[in-house]
Amino acid sequence: MRYRRIALGAAGVAGVVAAMEVVSRAGLVDGTALPPASTVLGEAAKLAVDGEFLVDVGATLGAWFGGLALAVLVAVPLGVLLGSVPFLGTAARALVELLRPIPSVALIPLAIILFAEPTRMKMSLIFYACLWPILINTLYALRDVDPVAKDSLRAFGFGTPSVLWHVSLPSAAPFIATGVRIAASVALVVVISTELYAGGVDGVGIYLSDTQTAGGRTDLLLAGAVWSGVLGLVVATGLRGLERIAFRWHTARVEGLA
Amino acid sequence: MAMLQITGLTHSYGGDHGVLGGIDLTVPDGRLVSIVGPSGCGKSTLLRCIAGLIRPTGGTLTLDGSPIDGVPDDLAVVFQDYSRSLFPWLTVRDNVALPLRRRGMSRPERRAAAQEALESVGLPDAGRRYPWQLSGGMQQRVSIARALAYRPSLMLMDEPFGSVDAQTREDLEDLLLQVHRTQKMTILLVTHDIDESVYVGDRVVVLNRSPARVHADLDVDLPASRDQIETRGLPEFVRLRAEVGRLVRGGGRSPGAEPADTGTASDIVTDE
Ligand SMILES: Nc1ncnc2c1ncn2[C@@H]1O[C@H](COP(=O)(O)OP(=O)(O)O)[C@@H](O)[C@H]1O
Ligand SMILES: [Mg+2]
Repeated sequence: MRYRRIALGAAGVAGVVAAMEVVSRAGLVDGTALPPASTVLGEAAKLAVDGEFLVDVGATLGAWFGGLALAVLVAVPLGVLLGSVPFLGTAARALVELLRPIPSVALIPLAIILFAEPTRMKMSLIFYACLWPILINTLYALRDVDPVAKDSLRAFGFGTPSVLWHVSLPSAAPFIATGVRIAASVALVVVISTELYAGGVDGVGIYLSDTQTAGGRTDLLLAGAVWSGVLGLVVATGLRGLERIAFRWHTARVEGLA
Repeated sequence: MAMLQITGLTHSYGGDHGVLGGIDLTVPDGRLVSIVGPSGCGKSTLLRCIAGLIRPTGGTLTLDGSPIDGVPDDLAVVFQDYSRSLFPWLTVRDNVALPLRRRGMSRPERRAAAQEALESVGLPDAGRRYPWQLSGGMQQRVSIARALAYRPSLMLMDEPFGSVDAQTREDLEDLLLQVHRTQKMTILLVTHDIDESVYVGDRVVVLNRSPARVHADLDVDLPASRDQIETRGLPEFVRLRAEVGRLVRGGGRSPGAEPADTGTASDIVTDE
């Protein structure tokens, strides 16, 4: 079943690539606007061994990972606190709901003024963007822990901190992990947007904007876009895989109920 | 030692009418008391009050003379919702071993005690599996094993054998009787099975519909050593079973029945 799904997916991708190739080669659209897929993939392959581009990828990934890690370190404990102390949760709710809808990209100009150093600027924007999905998932997961599960340990004389550690955190963990995965994909958008808008020295976004100003070869721009997509895919798949392994009990139960 | 005294216990979850309407019950140390009553009458609520998990809206509860304020020491509860009370992220063995942290036991000791308890409920090979890989009846036995491994002095069991098959149920009833005999333990067993209430109990307490009160309190005058086939054939067993059955359906005490020893005779409803 799984192989069938993978095979069908691969066939779909191959079909679209072939269609792009044909459309471009047949001259149905301007070849410079939509270069043949083979040219784009060829350029993408060259980028994979281009030292300068790899430095860009490293810078983007570094800021991405740093901002995300920082957000996890702040959002998880904060979410645990707000989710397990009801009156704090209620008090913070309005603030969270007000700040959450602000798109992080709207804060880029502010970040430029606040942080001169590009990496710190990127990381702080990623931090802000990642904070909300993680915080909100943690908060609600903690609040929704099954009271019967908590009572069953409480009945053996375990106090509040022990119940938090042995029951609430493990049962909230899969939802926290989902929050982290959502945050990671939001962060990719934020990091590339920031690089595009604010400039800097290294980064996939910097590569894209430099390519654009240096004549704007569409095959190179598309090759950069392909790599951005690959990064997003790899991180999302990797995190999903980790979730499946670490929270087998959760997926097994959810699938069992379905 | 665990002597439980309940006087005028009332509880309401906030609705217009209460769930418990003044329960009076005394359970001397080391007794095994069955509690029966129509479903939804407040049996689980009563156990949760005794366990200190909810604060009743009225009345007093004392254990060995001191008021129950919070969860008593040396308590184990077998919850009615067994699947929600086991932790899916832990193996069966770790589920059983976790509460033993409170006993100051080392990790190997905890594991050994867990394995022993699992064997006693007929699950010697389930330790490495996860609760969600087991059938409902097996999960229920795991939660019983968790309570037994803890060796409490007060054990509250809320319909603990509801999901197991008939043969296993009889085995577990006998296990409970044996544990009760060999370990010094006070046990309150909520059940909807009238036969079971008589078979395992020293006493059967019948609650009536909400707000729950003690409708009847019967001594079970059967030999201490019980046997699934012999005991169930005794005239006294048959008589008690019929009596409890009638009481659960809302009937009064039969004329020949002697009053119970806790002075609840005035609470008995005599009209059908
Ligand atoms: N947490 C709760 N909040 C509100 N009502 C409840 C709650 N738990 C139980 N009840 C109500 O209290 C009554 C008694 O419930 P319960 O003690 O579970 O009965 P039993 O165990 O005898 O079946 C029922 O009407 C039930 O709906
Ligand atoms: Mg119940």
